[in-house]
Amino acid sequence: MRKLTFLIGGVAVILVTASALLLWQPTNAAPPAAAMDHAMMAHEAPVPAATTTVAAANVVVIDDFRFGPAVLTVPVGTKVTWTNDDSDPHTVTSEAAPKLLKSPPLDTGDSFAFTFDKPGTYRYFCSIHPHMQGVVVVQ
Amino acid sequence: MRETSEMELSGGTRRGLLKCMLWGAAGGVLWTVGGGVPRAVQLGGEALAATPSSGDFTFAQISDTHIGFHGAANPDPNGTLQQALTRIARLPVRPAMMVHTGDVTHLSKPEEFDTAQQLLKGAGLDIHFIPGEHDTLIDEGKPFFERFGAKNGTGGWYSFDQGGVHFVALVNVLNLRPGGLGYLGPEQLAWMKSDLKGRSASTPIVVLAHMPLWPVSPEWGWGTDDAAEALSYLKTFGSVTVLNGHVHQVIQKVEGGVTLQTAMSTAFPQAAPGTPGASPGPLKVPAERLKTLLGVRQIDYVVDKATPQINDTRLEA
Repeated sequence: MRKLTFLIGGVAVILVTASALLLWQPTNAAPPAAAMDHAMMAHEAPVPAATTTVAAANVVVIDDFRFGPAVLTVPVGTKVTWTNDDSDPHTVTSEAAPKLLKSPPLDTGDSFAFTFDKPGTYRYFCSIHPHMQGVVVVQ
Repeated sequence: MRETSEMELSGGTRRGLLKCMLWGAAGGVLWTVGGGVPRAVQLGGEALAATPSSGDFTFAQISDTHIGFHGAANPDPNGTLQQALTRIARLPVRPAMMVHTGDVTHLSKPEEFDTAQQLLKGAGLDIHFIPGEHDTLIDEGKPFFERFGAKNGTGGWYSFDQGGVHFVALVNVLNLRPGGLGYLGPEQLAWMKSDLKGRSASTPIVVLAHMPLWPVSPEWGWGTDDAAEALSYLKTFGSVTVLNGHVHQVIQKVEGGVTLQTAMSTAFPQAAPGTPGASPGPLKVPAERLKTLLGVRQIDYVVDKATPQINDTRLEA
């Protein structure tokens, strides 16, 4: 009897351990939701955001994978400058053809400028990270 | 040594084999039972005596080497790549080949491609490349494809067979659309569909793509717009392994017979999706932690098993 109790206990330990592994083991059939390998994840506090730059009326600052301001309104004839303050390269690329805006890849610290001679709404994006979008409204 | 055990029944379509894995936590040893003969694979440190069965097939994956990166998150990406290659050279089973899942370079510069090519040559392995968005910054990736795309078709995508596995190498970093994510495009999808057509459902498939083929974090651009269509072509296969890069950390999703898995970078870590205040760029961590967040991957197809063992190894424990 004593031996049987021990065996049951042993099985229970194995089952509990196996359950824990089922939750953890990467090769297991996991639920459809994304299963994170927590052992591999970075848990440290996020890097402090760079000092916020107050944009001048004709300047777009690229930082943290965003164009700032996302919408810039300028008078006709304005030369707009984009500066990449981010740690990743980005581009300034017109969304529609003809691509008036087509910057080379801008590394950290690089700038790109374009003079808008005609009124209109100029939508652009980063062709490397296409979820990054911005607009220049020329009046 | 503390040991726990896990018994997992492989899918019914995969011959109903019982897979037993013994995980030795203290020694970091992964035991796989292949062909009835257990063998040990050391996950770090010195190699154990390995007895690979004939018919086993092992290959390595590295990703996001970002040669040319010069930010604070890693002052020496050349050094960490070399360390990663040393890790692979020390694996108890020599990989048959290696795959590089993109972002070989940081800025697509000729000197970066030169350095990467020289360093990677040190692995002494045949390497199959796909580009990341950092490799295609110039001329729609022409410099990348000229150097690393010798085996590639006109669109950059290609397939090959090795070790009984069919590999499908995709390009999802070109012709990206405003507001979108990664993109395969109709021409590539049509090619993929016809490439897979008529293949036996029991053929193990490995798909390579830089950006994840599932929406890991769309707000950070971590996904591929038309991935669902590509995955629909794979539903009939019993064993499908999708190897991605781009997110610089191991994230996994299992859906039916398809396992999708991103890899660590050899250059710098990135924040976990959803980390408050974080962006998807390089993450600076304390110097002593950096190499615990970089790593390489080993993929083992053990004889008589359709589903591979996937082992991620950090540069430092």
